[in-house]
Amino acid sequence: MDEIAIIAPEKRLFTPFNIVSGIIVLMGLIITVIRFTKGLGAVTNLSDYNPWGIWIGFDLLVGVALAAGGYVTSAAVYIFGLKRFHFAVRPAVLTGFLGYLFVVIALTYDVGRPWRLPYPFIMQSGTTSLLFEVAACVSLYLTVLFLEFSPAALEWLGLKKARKLAVNLTIVLTIFGVILSTLHQSSLGALFLIAPSKLHPLWYSPYLPVFFFISSIVAGLSMVIFESSLSSRFFIDKMDSAHIAGKDQLILGFGKAASVVLAGYFAIKVIGVSAGDNWHLLATPYGIWFLVELLGFVALPCLLYAIGVRDRNLKLIKWTSLLAVLGIILNRFNVSLVAFNWHLPSNERYFPHWMEIGISLFIVTLGILVFRFIVTRMPIFYEHPDYPEEH
Amino acid sequence: MSISRRKFLGLIGSAGVGTAVSNSVFAASNKHFTGYPESFAVLHDSVRCVGCRQCEEACNKVNDLPEPDQPFSDASVLDKKRRTTAKAYTVVNRHDRAKDGIAPVFNKTQCNHCLEPACASACFVKAFKKTKTGAVTYDASVCVGCRYCMMACPFDIPAYEYDNALSPKVVKCTMCQPRILEGKLPGCVESCPREALVFGKRDDLIKIARNRIARYPKNYVDHIYGEHEMGGTSWMYLSGVAFQKIGMREDLGIKPAPELTSGALSVVPMVAALWPVLLTGVYAITKRKEKIENEEKNQAVNSAIKATKAVAELKIGEALAKAEKEQEEIVEKAVKSAVDNAVKANTEEAA
Repeated sequence: MDEIAIIAPEKRLFTPFNIVSGIIVLMGLIITVIRFTKGLGAVTNLSDYNPWGIWIGFDLLVGVALAAGGYVTSAAVYIFGLKRFHFAVRPAVLTGFLGYLFVVIALTYDVGRPWRLPYPFIMQSGTTSLLFEVAACVSLYLTVLFLEFSPAALEWLGLKKARKLAVNLTIVLTIFGVILSTLHQSSLGALFLIAPSKLHPLWYSPYLPVFFFISSIVAGLSMVIFESSLSSRFFIDKMDSAHIAGKDQLILGFGKAASVVLAGYFAIKVIGVSAGDNWHLLATPYGIWFLVELLGFVALPCLLYAIGVRDRNLKLIKWTSLLAVLGIILNRFNVSLVAFNWHLPSNERYFPHWMEIGISLFIVTLGILVFRFIVTRMPIFYEHPDYPEEH
Repeated sequence: MSISRRKFLGLIGSAGVGTAVSNSVFAASNKHFTGYPESFAVLHDSVRCVGCRQCEEACNKVNDLPEPDQPFSDASVLDKKRRTTAKAYTVVNRHDRAKDGIAPVFNKTQCNHCLEPACASACFVKAFKKTKTGAVTYDASVCVGCRYCMMACPFDIPAYEYDNALSPKVVKCTMCQPRILEGKLPGCVESCPREALVFGKRDDLIKIARNRIARYPKNYVDHIYGEHEMGGTSWMYLSGVAFQKIGMREDLGIKPAPELTSGALSVVPMVAALWPVLLTGVYAITKRKEKIENEEKNQAVNSAIKATKAVAELKIGEALAKAEKEQEEIVEKAVKSAVDNAVKANTEEAA
């Protein structure tokens, strides 16, 4: 009896977290039923003028950007040889994998006939479509992330041979992952290239693909910092000494990188305004909103990261990562929702239905629950005792 | 489902090369596409249109669409601005021009059947096709329902069946393609009592339009809308007032939609080819750096060990030599004292 108590310390079912997430899951299931019996019109405010709402703007565009930590971290460690951050790869790859998995799950709500999602590959391919590129890269990258994550699951299951095989693929998968990420992170921005007449000129730019790719690096770095500070709060008991000893170095290192990339991103955004000769638009209401994004959510986090790294102020870096993440969300919302269809009168514009927000919340909650399930069982924050130091 | 080797290779090929050689949409091409030769089109002369909405009614009948909420004879429908929907492929709007001192102008809206359609370029299952007759057709049997075509269309035409839970379609004017193939006129054109709609070969219609503008320069704006907009459309318009004033955008430009994305698409093979080279290079450099570091470390350790060893040996040697010497001295001393003792004993005995 005592032994059991030690292995599985008293688990309370009705914690505040469980109650809240339980309510959200229940709500999500109810909306799911409505969506698949009554159609999109019953649960969304989408219209013929506004075919894409927050299920694309948040679940797809933001989801994919924030899941960029996987490729950023594994590239840093395996390709650029920053071995001291090795402990951070597994949590980052896991969040990347779950991020993409739930992006795909969210898409099944948004598209009209979700079981046809493989059609571009098995029926006929619209290769002139940027969406084809997105679909191809996301599905391939989801596979790559699954394989990159699999060693942890295989260690948990005790399948040594399969694990060895998966580990041997690491470097190939990492390179493949970076290629696929470059392509689909950028083509998510390129999706909007076809609609110059609908997207506000301050956000529309031939450089949209570059903007999306560079900002995804910021998103990846910031999410790793953000998650690392959350994880060390909630899952510290799961972490091994290497993880605990290294995480401050990680926050400093990634904060430094994020500051540099943000500076570059700021520069190309300014070049974008200049190339489109849109300076005069900055004095309009949309221009002020653009400046809020550029100064408050690009320049400011860039500066704060730099100060945080200089002063070795971990707390500041952690809070800045939240600001940067919010900045990515704001940017994706601006491109897909706020500055899109800006020429339409306000009664023809889109604002999400509460049930759309409900589903997005539901999907995020499911993601967190699965993350918690995995990190409490599999060797994510620690090295499995059977496989020491052989990565 | 099994995929044959040929089909698999085809898939791979279509993913990469397909972007460059696709012939359904003339993206990434240096040719100026002016439409299929001899393709059909419709000219809408808004100067002649009286807003009777018989075109709407005919469209409804020809396409078996559900009855509208208000009958087609009810003119109050025109009080509100409308757009095409899943239940109406075409709508007529009234634009009051009292400010300009003229009677209201009526304008008909439907799919413009672009020469290089944004919807076709955007569709990732090729559900939209520009046909040789001029019509842009839609194939619901492959449509996934992603609605990117609606995002892409500069004229905001495609509508969607948002109330259909499991098999929603994208809906738009078909230019009555089945009727054209039968040699009939599109429903709306056939029903127009004022000949505000003319069906014919696109090239001929442009001539007719130019002719009308030339003959009645006071009645017409000197512009055929759709001749060049978005690379040209198969539905063209004449107007007596600025097109912007009758709800048509004049800022779309003349670039065909596929050209807007061809640049981004052409980067794909470059990234796919160059990134592995670059990344493998970086990886190799990192590895080599590590290897050299390790070697140098090993070397340093080895030489340090050697040096220490040498010093130690030297010291040991010295110590040994010293010890030997001492030993010898001790032995010598012992021998000497033994000899001395013996000599002493001998002399004592002798004495």
